[in-house]
Amino acid sequence: MKYFIITTLLLNALVSHAQVKIAGHIKDNKNNPLPAASIVLKNTYDGATSDSLGNYSFTTEERGQQTVEISIAGYNSLTQVITIADKELSLDFTLKEQITELKAVVISAGAFEASDKNKGAVLTSLDIVTTPSAMGDVTSALKSIPGTQQVGESEGLFVRGGTASESKIYMDGSLVNNFFYSSTPGIATRGRFNPFLFKGTVFSSGGYSALYGQALSSALILESTDLPERTQADLGISVVGIGGGLQHLSKDKKSSWGFSYNYANLWLAFNVLKQKQDFYKLPNANQGDANFRIKTRSGGFVKYYGYISTNNVGFRTNDIDSIVLKNAFALKNINTYQNLNWKDRIGPGWKINTGISFGTNKDDIDNEVQDQSNQKVTITNPILYSFKNFALLTTARYAQARVVLEKKLKGISALRFGSDYFYSSEKSTYTLFNGSTFNENVTDNLFAGFAEADIYLTNNLALKVGSRAEHSALMSRWNIAPRLSLAYKLATNSQASFAYGTFYQNPERRLLPGAAGLNFSKAAHYIFQFTQQTKDYTFRSEIFYKKYDDLFKTGFSANGRELAANNQGFGSAKGIEFFWRDKKTWKNVDYWVSYSFLDTKRDYLNFPRAIEPSFAAKHTASFVFKRFVLPWKTGFNLSYNFATGRPYYRIAYNNNLDKFELTDQGRTINYNSMSMSINYIPALGKTGAKSFAVWVLGINNVLGQNQVFNYNYSSDGSRKEAITPPSKRFIFIGCFMSFGVDRTQDAINNNL
Amino acid sequence: MKKLILLSALCSISLVIFGQSERYTAAMKKNLAAMDTSFRSTAGLVAMSNNFERIAMAEKTQWLPYYYAAFSQVNAGFMEQDKSKIDEYADKAGLLIQKADSLSPNNSEISCIKSMIASCHLMVDPMTRYMEYGKLSSEALDAAISQDPTNPRPNYLKGQGLKYTPEQFGGGCKTALPEFEKAMAKFAAFKTPGELNPNWGKEQVENLVKECK
Repeated sequence: MKYFIITTLLLNALVSHAQVKIAGHIKDNKNNPLPAASIVLKNTYDGATSDSLGNYSFTTEERGQQTVEISIAGYNSLTQVITIADKELSLDFTLKEQITELKAVVISAGAFEASDKNKGAVLTSLDIVTTPSAMGDVTSALKSIPGTQQVGESEGLFVRGGTASESKIYMDGSLVNNFFYSSTPGIATRGRFNPFLFKGTVFSSGGYSALYGQALSSALILESTDLPERTQADLGISVVGIGGGLQHLSKDKKSSWGFSYNYANLWLAFNVLKQKQDFYKLPNANQGDANFRIKTRSGGFVKYYGYISTNNVGFRTNDIDSIVLKNAFALKNINTYQNLNWKDRIGPGWKINTGISFGTNKDDIDNEVQDQSNQKVTITNPILYSFKNFALLTTARYAQARVVLEKKLKGISALRFGSDYFYSSEKSTYTLFNGSTFNENVTDNLFAGFAEADIYLTNNLALKVGSRAEHSALMSRWNIAPRLSLAYKLATNSQASFAYGTFYQNPERRLLPGAAGLNFSKAAHYIFQFTQQTKDYTFRSEIFYKKYDDLFKTGFSANGRELAANNQGFGSAKGIEFFWRDKKTWKNVDYWVSYSFLDTKRDYLNFPRAIEPSFAAKHTASFVFKRFVLPWKTGFNLSYNFATGRPYYRIAYNNNLDKFELTDQGRTINYNSMSMSINYIPALGKTGAKSFAVWVLGINNVLGQNQVFNYNYSSDGSRKEAITPPSKRFIFIGCFMSFGVDRTQDAINNNL
Repeated sequence: MKKLILLSALCSISLVIFGQSERYTAAMKKNLAAMDTSFRSTAGLVAMSNNFERIAMAEKTQWLPYYYAAFSQVNAGFMEQDKSKIDEYADKAGLLIQKADSLSPNNSEISCIKSMIASCHLMVDPMTRYMEYGKLSSEALDAAISQDPTNPRPNYLKGQGLKYTPEQFGGGCKTALPEFEKAMAKFAAFKTPGELNPNWGKEQVENLVKECK
């Protein structure tokens, strides 16, 4: 027995020392050899790594049934049971490529992303703030990328032949109704939102997702920041006002709260820089905001942001219909906005994004005719003067509830669906010179349901297909809007995309209440895009065609207001756009160039026929250049915007013919504007500095070039007056300080 | 007779066990000895990482093979010239070090690798990634120092990071040298707990100090 045991042991030892060779070849499903793949004989030390030709070989002492596993990043792992005998084995394997976000194409036709993380990002949030022509305004910065117009006489984004009201702005999925300060005649107002509130910005100039609707032209989708890095206090002083705030991060770094207050007053700026208008009430604004953010256990977020803001302005201009009279316009505004949002994972493969928002707005406008000593005068003959004395009080309430569910499908494909509910109530009281009042109340309950799927067929081919259905109580109608995008990867750094979509929109508030039986206005987008992008440069070109149907034509109501009458309007826009950005060629220099060609015509409102609208220029170009000089701790930024002249018209009602006609038209001079800004960061490099300051000097229209945006006509058409910026230049000087956190590193990575 | 069978059975079991741990040590030593040569190419480091990973998967309870697998993998990432591929190495190294971490929590050496992985991710696009990975990298080094104050490697890595930060931002040799000196002092006193435990970095620090002086 003893001998038996010993012999067995010996035999075992002998057998286990005999090595057998296993070798072969590993390739992918396109027959390309796969280098650096790992081959493992499971539960043993034995295995190998494939060489540059995909070949491998190793020896083992194991025998019998064994499991081999072949794995490499980016491919699905393969396990196979093999039988090892004493003979050399030859085993070849084929691995299937995994579809991963890293390698897959980006569905991007029509969209420009400005985000800190996304790989499709073309501009980052900081780029927005350091673009000098924007002076810290989110939407103004977008005027340096293709598709947008250089409109300076009113606020908003005019995209690819669309009006500003055709662009909608969303914050964390919720529609922001009063993104801009209330408009004033002939002067573009700024956005109410601080660009640092957002970590990501997607600007879609067409063909956007079924998750968004009620915008014929474009959607600007803003995503708020997550938790702040550390507890920190901020203080800002500039020529336009002062502001301060606090952000508090909890000890466990799971939640934060914060608030800020800003007071703006243009007293100093307007005393130094002469304004065209006579501001008898200098623009001033108060804004207080608060936020909290809570990180949930599953990595989601609950976020709240809300503000209350008031602003006040009053200015006189020369009355266009006379040489002695003046027109005085005064506006008082109170605006509030609250947004509560929850984004999370719920169960395996499921995500939820839901939120509610609530907003109010009150505009109190007082317009009067004044004489040379700035006293109100009431003139009833000719009657047109009497209509210049009026008051308009508008109060509005908005609410939205939204839920989007996402189910992960195979690979990185996903299905999203959900619904949106919008409530809006807008009341206005119009008081005429004689004291008679007209009350109007427009309420809408708009319901939307949507579904969309991102389908990745391979790493090189993906499509997004979706549809949105809406019902508006105001219109008492339904619409169904299909959307489709395709993306195909041509090479490692380049891809082609196509997008199609149908979009519907209700009439804007100023055209309501409209005639009975109105339908939605409609636009169809066709976009073809080519993108080539590496870490150092981006080239992108888009060709688009946009067809408008059922645009609103207007007629006069009993009290002389221009209201939506029917859907007989139409239009189209087509064009080509180029974008080039280069961060590599010169050290510490980053620049981008945009060019847009736009050919558009439309017949809407009171247009007598389809004409080029006055907000659309044929050629638009812009150039932004940024250079950071490290030893000086200073950044220099320059931008140049150019647009060819835009058409202007006098459209008047011909009583004899009983229709509108063009009685005069022309084209403005070309638009040229060069802006620059300098950022100086003295604490740069002082590690552990407790306070951190950024000094900013910005000058708009440095060269003082003449700019004409449009023309105003006197009511008889005998005179016209150019609409120009309130002052030739604007100069901004400010200092922004942070306490309690060393932002040096922040500045380093933002400027290197 | 029964006793005899039992005895021989016990003998053979202990033989097997002894043989296995000896086999483990031998396999580890063999790969550690080849480590220097593997640094000649990314392919060499990846192959080395795979060797260690096979040992790790077969052993199941040893943290060191996972540690070295992650170490080789992240160094392959640092060596890779094509920036679009670096994340793949760093991601893989991240998975490996997570396994080491679950076998040996609060380990100073493992925290060092975590910091290196974050730095590797950072390298791809420092401008946009600093906020996330710069923070992760320095937090991991702070953790490494507090987990084992005698470990010289966190100071070495910290100094290395500073050396390659521009002077204007508080980097450069001037600020890096004190960290290197701390690392040198710790290297002089450092004794590895076992022959397979990490014992790298001394030569590199010496070279860096020479470059700075």
